Amino acid sequence: MTIGAVTVIVIHLVLAVLLSPVLIGVMRTTRARLEGRVGGGIRQPWRDLRKLLAKQPTRAPGSTPVLTLAPILLMASSLVLCALIPFVSTVALTSVPGDLFVVVGVLLLGTVALALLGLESGTAFGGMGSSRHMVIAALVEPTVLLSIYALSVPAGTSALAAIVRARLADPASLLNPASLLAIFALVVVVIAETGRLPVDNPSTHLELTMIHEAMILESGGRDLGWLELGSWLRLTALLGLVANLALPWGIAQDAAPLGLLVGVAAITGKLLLLGAALAAVEVFIAKLRLFRVPELLAGSFVLAFLSVSASYLVF
Amino acid sequence: MSTARLLRLMARTGRVTEPLTPPSEADLQVREGFEAPRALRGSVQVRHVDAGSCNGCELELGAAFGPVYDAERIGARLVASPRHADVVTVSGVVTRNMAEPLINTVDATPHPRVVVSIGNCTRGCGVFAGSYAVAGSVDDFVEVDVHVPGCPPSPEAIIAALRVVTGR
Repeated sequence: MTIGAVTVIVIHLVLAVLLSPVLIGVMRTTRARLEGRVGGGIRQPWRDLRKLLAKQPTRAPGSTPVLTLAPILLMASSLVLCALIPFVSTVALTSVPGDLFVVVGVLLLGTVALALLGLESGTAFGGMGSSRHMVIAALVEPTVLLSIYALSVPAGTSALAAIVRARLADPASLLNPASLLAIFALVVVVIAETGRLPVDNPSTHLELTMIHEAMILESGGRDLGWLELGSWLRLTALLGLVANLALPWGIAQDAAPLGLLVGVAAITGKLLLLGAALAAVEVFIAKLRLFRVPELLAGSFVLAFLSVSASYLVF
Repeated sequence: MSTARLLRLMARTGRVTEPLTPPSEADLQVREGFEAPRALRGSVQVRHVDAGSCNGCELELGAAFGPVYDAERIGARLVASPRHADVVTVSGVVTRNMAEPLINTVDATPHPRVVVSIGNCTRGCGVFAGSYAVAGSVDDFVEVDVHVPGCPPSPEAIIAALRVVTGR
């Protein structure tokens, strides 16, 4: 069983690293096509990443090791996230459970690494980005916990793989109100956590409106490459979690080769479709004013809370 | 505008990007011995510095990254920080106040980097030559790799300069 679980984790990591630039490419291309442009193509994020990793970073005089370590920490936390979240198969290591509390903790580790990086540069925009990022993180993490907790009530466990397995075994539970509310709340917080519209605009050039971009303004070359890949992996991991919780079909129940192959194809399809849909929706919406963001996130917290209450009433 | 009307507008407009013509480097002035760095093939991030331009070149640069010319399809993207950039584009004469920021911006760009100067003002200062506010032309302060002449140069010329770097 252990060998099977390790194989699954390796497949998760390889798939996530290969798929995340493609996912970003699909999202950018969808956006470009809807805007009447051609766009850089699906392989453009790969080219960007390859180039960034080959470049020497320019570091400001007086900068501390945080500038080097934060990208590595973000990258490591994103990789752990990808290993823990059931993408392809619900087989999990028994010693390292893909527990919902572990996942939220690992998520927060990357968030803190980014916030420290923003503070490190000592510039006004970096600190501003960090403070905004932490405000959003403080509102997002409880909602992630609560919404997945609501889904864990019927399954009777907080291990993500077991939750997905339970939902797959009982498709009727996918459509009950508690589950729908929890999924909706989760989608809102995933959008906030990964810095997409309407919470943050990933393609903005205006420092005053930046959240994620403001923190990484001072990183260049290789450092920036790891930061970019780390954020892409985070988006892939969280979208993959939403996809497999909302539509668990196709995920393998064991580590048999055929099941894993189907699992890989299923999650690839689900992720790319979800990414394209997210990008298409982003074309129609504008960024929210920063002071309205807590209202949105509080709203999603209320949905998650209602969902937890409903789970106890229903089950 | 309602979503339905916006959808209809999108369907009616379709794709507005002009087809990409084979690259012509006729007008470009490339520095003697300049070779586009291999690392930058297929992907460049561009940071623009307005060193004292009349904003004519900025309008054309904006158009080059707009839907009609779409510099993104040759792998170029505008970024918000010189640390993220591979190409620094400079326009205008270098005014006294912008001389130091220009040098600092180019210094803050990681290697390998390429400096592209846009417009006639960057070489010989154009109509602003001799003004008390002008410290010199761009060539006096940084080593320019590719120069795009014109007042202002057309977006096609700016795209052609970026294509010299990306090779696409």
